[in-house]
Amino acid sequence: MKETVRKPVLAVGPFHPLQEEMEFFQLTVDGEIVTDIDVRISYNHRGMEGIAETMQYDQIPFLVSRICGICSASHPLAYVQAVEDFAGITPPDRARYVRTIINELERIHSHVLWVGLAGHFIGYDTVFMWAWKYREPVLDLLEKITGNRNNYGNVRVGGCREDIPDELKPEILREMDKIEKKVDMLTKAVLDDPILHARLKGVGTLTKKDGIAYAVTGPTARGSGIKVDVRHDDPYAAYGELDWKVITQEQGDVFAKAVVRLLETSECIKMVREALKKLPGGPIAVEVKEIPPGEGCGHAEAPRGETFHYVRSDGGNRPVRHKMRAPSYVNVPSFRASCIGQHIADVTLTLAAVDPCYSCTERLAVVDSHNSVIHDYDSLLRLSREKTARLKKEIGAPEMRLEDI
Amino acid sequence: MSWKTWSLKKSVWVFHVNTGACNNCDIEIVNLLTPKFDVERFGMKLVGSPRHADALLVTGVVTRQAAPRLKEVYRQTPKPCVVFAIGACACDKGIFHAGYHVVGPVDKIVREEDPNAIIAYVPGCPPKPEAMISGVVKALSAL
Amino acid sequence: MNKKELDNKLSGIRDKLLGVEQTSEKRMYLPCEAENCYSVCKFLFEEVGCRFVIVTGIDAEDCFELLYHFSYDQLGCIVTVKTFIHDRDNPSIESIAQILPGAEWIEREIHDELGIEFKNHPNMRRLILADDWPEGVYPLRKDTKK
Repeated sequence: MKETVRKPVLAVGPFHPLQEEMEFFQLTVDGEIVTDIDVRISYNHRGMEGIAETMQYDQIPFLVSRICGICSASHPLAYVQAVEDFAGITPPDRARYVRTIINELERIHSHVLWVGLAGHFIGYDTVFMWAWKYREPVLDLLEKITGNRNNYGNVRVGGCREDIPDELKPEILREMDKIEKKVDMLTKAVLDDPILHARLKGVGTLTKKDGIAYAVTGPTARGSGIKVDVRHDDPYAAYGELDWKVITQEQGDVFAKAVVRLLETSECIKMVREALKKLPGGPIAVEVKEIPPGEGCGHAEAPRGETFHYVRSDGGNRPVRHKMRAPSYVNVPSFRASCIGQHIADVTLTLAAVDPCYSCTERLAVVDSHNSVIHDYDSLLRLSREKTARLKKEIGAPEMRLEDI
Repeated sequence: MSWKTWSLKKSVWVFHVNTGACNNCDIEIVNLLTPKFDVERFGMKLVGSPRHADALLVTGVVTRQAAPRLKEVYRQTPKPCVVFAIGACACDKGIFHAGYHVVGPVDKIVREEDPNAIIAYVPGCPPKPEAMISGVVKALSAL
Repeated sequence: MNKKELDNKLSGIRDKLLGVEQTSEKRMYLPCEAENCYSVCKFLFEEVGCRFVIVTGIDAEDCFELLYHFSYDQLGCIVTVKTFIHDRDNPSIESIAQILPGAEWIEREIHDELGIEFKNHPNMRRLILADDWPEGVYPLRKDTKK
C-alpha cells in the first residue's frame, strides 16, 4: 500500500478458540465502520490429518471427537459413515437410533450454549448464566449414557460403543420436558423483546447470494434462506424415519440466526422423544473384520453445520488419507461478506452469530508494530454492550445500570 | 511463607489461555463460572488480561504458532503466579502427541521461559469441573 | 428432482471427463484432467447448482490427486471431481477461488501442506502453518513424512 495516512487496524485475537484454529482478526476501520477484515489462523493447528494416518480405524473416532469439544458426536459419526460407505457395512437399527439421540442431545446443549453466549455479548449476562444452567442436565445425561460429559466418541465402525439403557429412558424424557419449557421461554423472550429486535435485526446480514458463494452451512446458511441440512438432504442414522422439519429464515441477520437455532432446539427435543419411543431392540454393533481398499465420503449435520470426512484405504489397518472438514471452516470466511460495512460494535456479535465454537473466554490483543489502534476483546465487548444500552434508552426501556455494562 | 504467596492464595484471579485445545476444557472452565459450580463464591474470577491474573489456566497442546504467545502471556503475568495445565493435552500432549505442528506440553514451554515456574496439573479429557476445583485447592494449599 | 435430471445436466461436460464412477446411489466420482478441472468445477457450481464442500489433496507417490467435493443437495448426492497433477516438481492448477470465494482457504491450506501452486488465486498467503515453519517443507508430502 502506498497510502501516506495509515488506516487504523483493530486486532482481535489470537486467543479466540475456534474449533480447529484460534484466529487472529485484523479489522481495518474507517471511523466506526469496518472496511476490511483479515483472518490469520494456525494457532490451533494440531495436524490432525497427519495424526489420523498413524492411527487404526478403531482409534480414529476418539481422535476426531477431539476436533471440537462441542461437535464431538458429529465428527466421529461423519467419519464412520465414510468408512461404512466404502466398506459396505450397515449398522444395526438400534445403533442408528442411538446415534440419532446422542447427536440431538449434543445439538440441544450446543444451541442453548450459543444462546447464552449471544446474551453475554449484548450485555444480558442473566441469559448467559441461565442458559448455561439449563444445559447442565443434558451433559449429565450424556455422561450417564457414554461415560463422559463431552468427547463421547460413542460411535465406532459398524455401530455404537455404548447403549442407552432402558432404565434411563424415563429420566431422559423428564429432562426433555424440563428443558423444553426453558427453551420455549428463551424463544418467547427473544421474539418479544423490542430491544433485541432493535439490536439484532439488520446486523451482520449475509445475503443468500453471498451465502452460496461462500458455501456456508448449518444455521448460518439456514438463517440466510438456504435450505441446507444434511439430516434432510441425505438422511443418515434414523433421521429419515423421524418427523421433523428444517427451520429456515430469510433475512440472514443475527436475529434470523438466533431464531433458527432456538426453533431448531425445539425440533431436537421432539426428535429425541420420538427416537426414544421408536428405539428398536437388538444389538448396537455388527462385527467388522477387515476394512477393504477403497475411498468413501461421509457427512453429518453438526450443531454448526455440515461436517465432512473423506477416508481412503489401501486395505491396511490405517487410512492412507483422512480429510476432515469442520463447518466453521466455510462459515468463518463468510465474515468478509457479513462484517464489511458494519459498525465495530457489531463485529463481536456478527462473529458470534456464526457460532465458531466461541467459548467467550477472554483473548489477548496483539498489535503489530505498525498498527496504531489497540482494541482488545474487553473493549470490543464494551462497545457492543454500550450500543445495547443506547438502543434501550432510545426505545424507552428502563435504563441499564452502570454495573450491567 | 512470604506475604506475596500468602496474598496469592486468597481470591485467585485467573486468565485463560487456549494454546491449541479442542474447546472442551475451555467450555468446562466457563462452566465453572456458571450457577452449577459457581467458583466466584470463592473469589475466583476470569479476568481479561494476564496483567491482572494470579494464575494462568492453560488448555491444549501447545502448537508451534501458539508457543511464543504462551511465553509472552507468562512474561506479562505478575509473579508469583501459578500455571495450571488443564486437561490431558496440556499435561502431556495427550492424543495429539504425534502431530507435526505440536511442540508442547505446557510445562516444557513455560519452563523454557522460567525454569522455576510453579506448574500444577489437572489431567482428564476434559477434566470435570469438580476436578478443576479440587486441583486448584490442592495446588494452593501446597504453596 | 431425480437422478435422471442430474445425469442430463452432467451431459454438458461429459466430453471433459475421463468417465463417471458411481460407487453408490449417493456418491459419484468424476475423474478429469487437471487442465479441465476449473471448467468442470465452474459448470458444477454455476450450471448444476452444486454446493461446494471442500478439496482434498493427496500425495499418491507418483502424482498429486486433488478431490473437489461438491454436494448436490436436492438429491443428497456427493459429487467428487477427481483430478491428477503429474508434475511433481512444479505442481500447479487453476484456482477455483475466483468463482468460489469459499474455496480460498482450502487452496491456501493445500498450498501450505502439499506445495501445490494455485494459479490466479486472489490471496495466496500462508494460512495453516506457523510463522516460523520453514519454507519448502510440506508436512503432508510422503517424502516429508518419511
